[in-house]
Amino acid sequence: MRLEYFLLVDRVISHDLAARTICCEATVPTESTVFEGHFPGFPLMPGVLLIETMAQASGWLLVAANRFQRMPFLAAVKEAKLRTFVMPGQRLTVDAKVTHDGSGYAMTDASISCDGKVVCNATITFRVVRFPNPDFAAEMRRRAVMVGLLSSEALADG
Amino acid sequence: MSSTFDTIANIIAETCDIPRDTITPESHAINDLGIDSLDFLDIAFAIDKAFGIKMPLEQWTQEVNDGKATTDQYFVLKNLSARIDELVAAKSA
Repeated sequence: MRLEYFLLVDRVISHDLAARTICCEATVPTESTVFEGHFPGFPLMPGVLLIETMAQASGWLLVAANRFQRMPFLAAVKEAKLRTFVMPGQRLTVDAKVTHDGSGYAMTDASISCDGKVVCNATITFRVVRFPNPDFAAEMRRRAVMVGLLSSEALADG
Repeated sequence: MSSTFDTIANIIAETCDIPRDTITPESHAINDLGIDSLDFLDIAFAIDKAFGIKMPLEQWTQEVNDGKATTDQYFVLKNLSARIDELVAAKSA
């Protein structure tokens, strides 16, 4: 996780477009300016960033499912439950599944687990729209290679 | 078996916390009931599930934006009900 850059998914471990699932890895950094405020003397991964992490994992799945032609934007979060504290240095597994693929929107169920135990989960709604500009789409493809969602060959093929 | 309108009206009442008796076939979802685009996503989801369809929200929005249709055609509930019936019939055909 690069909290200051809002890049919260480190790596896509696996994804299955037919099953509409993705599994990602994200390790909470041991140090971050975020922890200076949250909280002094008791560093905790902020719950809103855990929700964002689930949204980003879901987003990678949706952008892949839309063949990088459309971008999912976070629209709503329901039933978010932050079940336990997440500390610096913890290695997280982020799972998401598309539960509904609507016209211009999609919904996912996502969760984060640590050492096999679910630490948070939520139902997330996205607006799914065409990329507002080609540079944005190209950058998302480049980042998809960085997280292992796309191969560099696929990036070269456009 | 409830009518398409009744099903939609019940969904709107539950999703948006609008009194059911204020929702009529003549109600415009946006102009009369004050439903915004985000709330309409929840309604679309519930309608998709209830009728086993994929309501073409994007197409409808595009048609309105292009001036090819009015919002009344899709968002006055009696018209929305008719569109849903058409989608269900097309799916069954």
